[in-house]
Amino acid sequence: MKLYDKGIIMAGIAAFVLLATVPLWYGGAGKSSPPELSLDTPAIRELGEKRCVDDTAVMRSRHVQILTAWRDEAVRKGNRTYTASDGRRFEASLSGTCLKCHSNKEQFCDRCHDYVGVKPDCFRCHIAPGEVQK
Amino acid sequence: MLEKALTGGPGYRAWMAFLLAVLATGLFFYLRQLELGLGVTGMSRDVSWGLYIAQFTFLVGIAASAVMLVLPYYLHDYQAFGKITVLGEFLAVASVMMCGLFIFVNLGQPQRVLFVLLHAQPKSVLFWDMFVLNVYLVLNIITGWTVLGCDRKGIPPPRWVKPLIYLSIPWAISIHTMTAFIYAGLPGRSFWLTALMAPRFLAAAFASGPALLILICLVLKKWANFDAGEKALQALARIVAYALAVSIFFVLVELFTVFYSGIPEHEDHFRYLYAGIDGHGNLAPWMWTSVILAVGALAALIHPRTRRNEHFLAAACAAVFAAFWIEKGLGLVVTGFIPTPLGSVTEYVPTGPEIAVALGVWAAGFLVLSALYRVFVAVRREGGSFEPSADGVRNGP
Amino acid sequence: MTSNRREFLKMAGASALLLLVPAVLPPVRAAEKPASPGSAARQPLKAGHWAMAVDLMKCSADCTDCIAACHQAHNVPALGNPKDEVKWIWREPFPAVFPGETHAWSGESLRKMRPPVLCNHCANPPCVRVCPTGATFQRPDGIVVMDYHRCIGCKICLAACPYGARSINFRDPRPFIPKLNPDYPTRTKGVIEKCNFCEERLARGLKPACVEACRRKALVFGDVEDPRSEIRLLLETRFALRRRANLGTLPQVYYLL
Repeated sequence: MKLYDKGIIMAGIAAFVLLATVPLWYGGAGKSSPPELSLDTPAIRELGEKRCVDDTAVMRSRHVQILTAWRDEAVRKGNRTYTASDGRRFEASLSGTCLKCHSNKEQFCDRCHDYVGVKPDCFRCHIAPGEVQK
Repeated sequence: MLEKALTGGPGYRAWMAFLLAVLATGLFFYLRQLELGLGVTGMSRDVSWGLYIAQFTFLVGIAASAVMLVLPYYLHDYQAFGKITVLGEFLAVASVMMCGLFIFVNLGQPQRVLFVLLHAQPKSVLFWDMFVLNVYLVLNIITGWTVLGCDRKGIPPPRWVKPLIYLSIPWAISIHTMTAFIYAGLPGRSFWLTALMAPRFLAAAFASGPALLILICLVLKKWANFDAGEKALQALARIVAYALAVSIFFVLVELFTVFYSGIPEHEDHFRYLYAGIDGHGNLAPWMWTSVILAVGALAALIHPRTRRNEHFLAAACAAVFAAFWIEKGLGLVVTGFIPTPLGSVTEYVPTGPEIAVALGVWAAGFLVLSALYRVFVAVRREGGSFEPSADGVRNGP
Repeated sequence: MTSNRREFLKMAGASALLLLVPAVLPPVRAAEKPASPGSAARQPLKAGHWAMAVDLMKCSADCTDCIAACHQAHNVPALGNPKDEVKWIWREPFPAVFPGETHAWSGESLRKMRPPVLCNHCANPPCVRVCPTGATFQRPDGIVVMDYHRCIGCKICLAACPYGARSINFRDPRPFIPKLNPDYPTRTKGVIEKCNFCEERLARGLKPACVEACRRKALVFGDVEDPRSEIRLLLETRFALRRRANLGTLPQVYYLL
């Protein structure tokens, strides 16, 4: 079997490979490290035991699912009380519960979100602390 | 077969380039609308549906009109339509696609559109309308493409096409009935609260759709060397005439009920539409134009001498199309909101960006339509040796 | 042991002061106490079916307390033009609110009335029926709720509402909010909103903002299924108009005359 237009095809494959591996070689890949999150807020400093709604590992991987469940329970069922896995009760509210402790959105929420490039549109409506003054 | 849409003479290329330009402009303004919000349109708190939904309502009718070719041919062996049922089906495809696009550009949160499926609400007429429209789209894509493809290969279409085509006949009625039900089931809008909505919609559809088909056939005859046949065109023209007469009758019947009973809540909408209220009457000139066009077209289509003259026929069909575009589009949708439930009059005028987006959607539809018709014409030119009007297609192998 | 009256009185006074100590010292926080500053201090208000009565005899023609309270509490934007405006509660002339209830010889007092109008939270709501995604739905306690997360902005509910009670955000509302209330979210462009009978306040044991703000106590809010509620008493003893009652929507805002 003869390969016609060998030059163009080879050039095309090379261009494609370069393009597909851009994340690996362009812009300092491998040189950046995960962001440092700041838990230094007045509300957190006052906490006796520094515990979130659940363990850090759980919150990191499942906070979206937890918030979505809170949203549906609170808005659609009017059920605003969430009982965590260890029995503690919270009000199921992003601004009212989460952001009361994590009032430093730019040093906490935004750091990971910006790093991985997600733009959660929660904050288009839910007011982040500090916005009232702006 | 689709590759045939990529080749064509300079006229075809220029037409497609023009449509692409209009589409690109519409896309630009749509992106602006996404950024700034629906406030860039002329819609308001009082008149919350405007040009987009008006086009949607009109185009559902055009889509349904394919049945006017399919029914006589497949149920009653009306041979003259044999060559052009595919044209009707392709028109339905392009129209339904435009309907979907007009709904989409009307949404405030379009990225959530799939919630209509994810969180389906069986009680919502809008849900059922989406459902029947999409099924109709698929039905027509499959049947039109299959029949044309088999025609090209010179073989009869497979047996399973027949049941789908039969299904598309009541389904065409259902899509426009569902759309009418969107309006006719709302207790607060007395302009739309009439059982006559669905019949009016269908009568208007069966006038404006075939009128467009006649115009398309005349265009194809002139520019693409495809002749649908005098008999087919005349039959279609008679269908337009009858549907138009029925439509006009329906409007007169509505006017009688409203004005003879004298209920202000019902009267006010019609008074606004044809005369204006308190100095607000920007739709009245449009409506009277529509009336004149409709009556003139009816006269031209009834008389055999004018109907058989291609120039008069074309003018009459264009007049019918325009008349219903006005009456069923803006006339119907906007007037439902005027006066408001609180008795005030807020008029509606589409903005420039809104018109640009609407034209962009029309361009998208005509792009699809032109591409499909290009394929159709190319297959015809190849001389599809199998004449669809022969027994093979009708009865199946 | 006290030996005389004086010693006894001294002891009694000191004991009384000790009782005040817990109230004065800062509360000790238990290690396990949940950090939920938003949690309800009061019990939520519950009802079989919420309804509101507007006493037209008390409502004054030029007061806008209810409107100001509602729009402030819910971050309702002030767009400043009737085309794009968003309003949850506002005032309209009596003949507009109750078409057909005035005639050529109706008195001035009736004509000059401007009843507040808002979502009626109908018991048979047409807006809920038509919503294709269930973004607007009815709770068991009668409140017709907007789920802003689910709304696709199709606006059929605006068409369906016989009262013109709904608004759509034609633009991003944030720049138009006079004073941001951090305790309630804003909405975003493209979604529909309307009065929600302050269901978020009811969950915290508070009456709706308009009801609390009305200086003449013209707004009464309660459970129509509770035979001993104030609203039931009013509805049984006074004549009440409902807007477009013949449409069968069963509106739950009653205007008392």
